[in-house]
Amino acid sequence: MYIGDFKETYASDQAVFVNTTSRFWLGVLFVLLAVFPFVVGDYLLFMANLIGITIIGAVGLNILTGCAGQISLGHAAFIGVGGYTAAILSSRFNMPFLLCLPLSGCMSAAFGIIVGGPSLRLKGMYLCIATLSAQLILEFVFVHWESMTGGIRGINISPPQIFGVVLDNDFKFYFLTVTLVIICVTAARNLFRTRVGRAFIAIRDRDISAELMGISLLRYKTYAFAVSSFMAGLSGCLWVNFLKTVTPEHFPLLESVRYLAMIIVGGMGSILGSIFGAVFMTVVPEGIKSILGLLVSVFPNAMSFLFPLQQVIFGLLIVIFLVFEPHGLAEIWRRIKNYFHLWPFDH
Amino acid sequence: MSILCVDDVSLAFGGLEVLCDVSFEVNEGEIFAIIGPNGAGKTSVLNIISGFYRPKKGTVFFKGADIGHLTPDKRAAQGMSRTFQNIALYHGMSVLDNIKLGAHSHLKTGLMGGLWYWGAAHREEMALRKKIEEDIIDFLEIETIRKQPVGSLAYGLQKRVELARALAMRPEILLMDEPVAGMNAEETEDMARFILDIKEEHNITIVLIEHDMQMIMDISDQVLVLNFGQKLTCGTPDEVQKHPEVIKAYLGREKNQ
Repeated sequence: MYIGDFKETYASDQAVFVNTTSRFWLGVLFVLLAVFPFVVGDYLLFMANLIGITIIGAVGLNILTGCAGQISLGHAAFIGVGGYTAAILSSRFNMPFLLCLPLSGCMSAAFGIIVGGPSLRLKGMYLCIATLSAQLILEFVFVHWESMTGGIRGINISPPQIFGVVLDNDFKFYFLTVTLVIICVTAARNLFRTRVGRAFIAIRDRDISAELMGISLLRYKTYAFAVSSFMAGLSGCLWVNFLKTVTPEHFPLLESVRYLAMIIVGGMGSILGSIFGAVFMTVVPEGIKSILGLLVSVFPNAMSFLFPLQQVIFGLLIVIFLVFEPHGLAEIWRRIKNYFHLWPFDH
Repeated sequence: MSILCVDDVSLAFGGLEVLCDVSFEVNEGEIFAIIGPNGAGKTSVLNIISGFYRPKKGTVFFKGADIGHLTPDKRAAQGMSRTFQNIALYHGMSVLDNIKLGAHSHLKTGLMGGLWYWGAAHREEMALRKKIEEDIIDFLEIETIRKQPVGSLAYGLQKRVELARALAMRPEILLMDEPVAGMNAEETEDMARFILDIKEEHNITIVLIEHDMQMIMDISDQVLVLNFGQKLTCGTPDEVQKHPEVIKAYLGREKNQ
């Protein structure tokens, strides 16, 4: 519990990690992240990379949809733009990875700004449809611009190289992913400590009064789309370098929907929520799969109907979540934290 | 000296005439009240001043310059700030963040600075916090609620937070749409005192819309009366109260007249 937690400066009052306890747990988290790859097997490392890449994408979408209130159904396409940019730059121009990474982010951001243009006029469901069409158009381009994207066969690339180290296995890649996740999450959190983040939330909550407060809707909606799709681009670049291949079927509409589900389950407008959501949506299907796998080993005949059941169970889990915890996993986390702040007293 | 001048403004939504040839001048450092029955066009006047509506005819001068072509955010940056009839606070944010948002146009942090945060952005945030704490939170006596989410506050307090946010814009003129609507006598008294203090200590000109006649007549220097989009009269509270047109619009004509 908290005792003697007094603040003497505004800086300490506004810190993200407000006291020694929370800084201690942050330290523990970093140690665990550093030790993790040395103690787990290939499968968990693969999953960790997958989760990390997803977190970057989810944080991006949460900034746009959760914080700035602009619903996007085109997030997977923005991730795709980043992925294809990375693949094309490295396979055709032999560009080093450290240059590809920011460039794919910038390319995605440019697309994001264009697609975000209509958001000045369109709100809610209407913007949703506009981004949906961007998703469909980009998907079409990925498939049919064969000279550039390689069509359905896609593009294969060689593993990325940083300062002479070839990241050719999940173990080495893990460190790249974790570093980028930490950078993106920190940057996103920082943004919401300044006027830019506050302007996003103001636009989400009441855009008319936001404008009367001196916030330029044009500028800040553009910023929101740019930051969000920049992160999508980074995520795409990592994803493609991780799999060493890119094909159109990695970025379908369903993937955009999955990202939206992620931030809703995790907690709209919460950076921490995007992390929880990304972990939940990646780990839970795998968990269901392994449980069903165990069942199948006991009842071999059940295979035919147990495997289709995966999706049903996963969908049910999400619905149950939304009914009982509409503010997402971040809210549950907050409650647990508050409980321990007061523990062992009730009030 | 007049700080704000509304010159011959007309506004129509399609065939509906909302305002018709309304002109008035607000002097620097005064409390200027706009009254009138429901639907008289009071809020529309404020919306035209803050740039949310474009008038069909006429224009608005602020500090001597024509601001008819400026968007609301530009006008805000020039020193115009506003509170709303239905509280327009951001419910997803804490009281402190809401107030900080008012200072938006005085801050400089850009996108890159915000993503990086350390250095300039941090210093700016700390200076802002200090200024808000010392000038506004202390003045409006809302220290105890600064960390609470706005949605959980009582109505009277929300109104006060909205005023705090408007003050954080460091305005030269403050437009208030029904600052005491729905408040009890005690809250109204508090708010009236704050409005007078804002005028006297911060030297801010105030334009307010209100239905609470007692408060209007107590605190305002000039009163503008609107009815059906037309200006009935404009003058000191005493003059306005005696004006026959005003009595007619508010009380109706006496039987034998």
